[in-house]
Amino acid sequence: MTMDTGLILYTAAFGLILIGSAGIVLSTHLVRIIFGIALLEAGANLLLLLATYRAGSAAPIIVEGRIPAVMADPVPQALVLTAIVIGVGILALALSLALRVQRAYGTLDLREVRQRLEQDIAGEAGIDLPSSSDAPQAVMTRQEGQA
Amino acid sequence: MRRLSSALFLLGLGLLIAAIFQTMEFGSVAPIAGQAINTVAAEQVGAANFVTAVVLAYRGFDTLLELTILFTAATAGGLVLGKPRAGASRDPDSGFILRAGADLFFPLLLVVGLYIILHGHLTPGGGFQGGVILASAFFIPILARPGTSMNHRRVSLIEGFAGAGFILIGLLAMLGGKEFLSPLLDQGELGALLSAGSLPLLYIAVGLKVGSELAGLLAQLSETEATD
Repeated sequence: MTMDTGLILYTAAFGLILIGSAGIVLSTHLVRIIFGIALLEAGANLLLLLATYRAGSAAPIIVEGRIPAVMADPVPQALVLTAIVIGVGILALALSLALRVQRAYGTLDLREVRQRLEQDIAGEAGIDLPSSSDAPQAVMTRQEGQA
Repeated sequence: MRRLSSALFLLGLGLLIAAIFQTMEFGSVAPIAGQAINTVAAEQVGAANFVTAVVLAYRGFDTLLELTILFTAATAGGLVLGKPRAGASRDPDSGFILRAGADLFFPLLLVVGLYIILHGHLTPGGGFQGGVILASAFFIPILARPGTSMNHRRVSLIEGFAGAGFILIGLLAMLGGKEFLSPLLDQGELGALLSAGSLPLLYIAVGLKVGSELAGLLAQLSETEATD
């Protein structure tokens, strides 16, 4: 019974971490990346609790003077407790940054944002985009400058 | 190409985590530090809830730094979002059920949040959990009436005083020649409301800080328009 429960819980933590990482590296939509971070965080918290779980342990709290025989480790619980609250703060900050990106570029697709960003930087600097037909020459001059 | 490298990275990460999981046996881990804390925390700290003893007594300084992270996130959120324009259009008020529900829930959430903060050293709960409930008590009315705005000056005042209170409690202990954040008050009777040294005071500071920061951040998010 405990073996099966352990397998299910470990699979859940493994899945959450992997799905979250996949969302971060594979997705190009900013909100999906933020949700990936949230999933990864949940998986990490679950893993932290599972790693120190003891079979049959009670919560580490003394109720009416009764001390449980086997108590759970309070250290990972304290860590996860603060991590959850900080996670909410980080999530809100990430969403507000995404809101700002949406306001500035009108899109949340990272490829489009990157394109617009490169255009803006090139426009500010007064040079052509690196991907334009002038690119090889620009590389040549840079090499000559170094030599 | 980028897809392929991402997929390879995920494969490697999955294998790494699976390999780590192979070495972990479920339910039979011996908690070395936790075992030691469980045996001595009741006498050393005097808190019935050992998780609170770890959060505020054994790792009190870390908790202060974690509050700093939250403070940084809330400040940066306010900085990034900025003030809403004066004549910005707001969503209309929601229907009767949500408005009445918000009015009904406000005092209940306030009481539950304060109860959880004050009993953090006795029962499961504490400043972080109760603070989130306090934040939702102040945020739900904004969801029901998007036209009303939160008094951000007052919220940041509470936040500042709570944060300063936490540090002040730590510094007051240093005045007496003890270490930073060492208990000011007596341990009292195990399981009584007024016990566990200065832990309840610290948790009140944590709760007010977490609550005001989250409420301010959420209100700021909801006040911001997505498009100009």
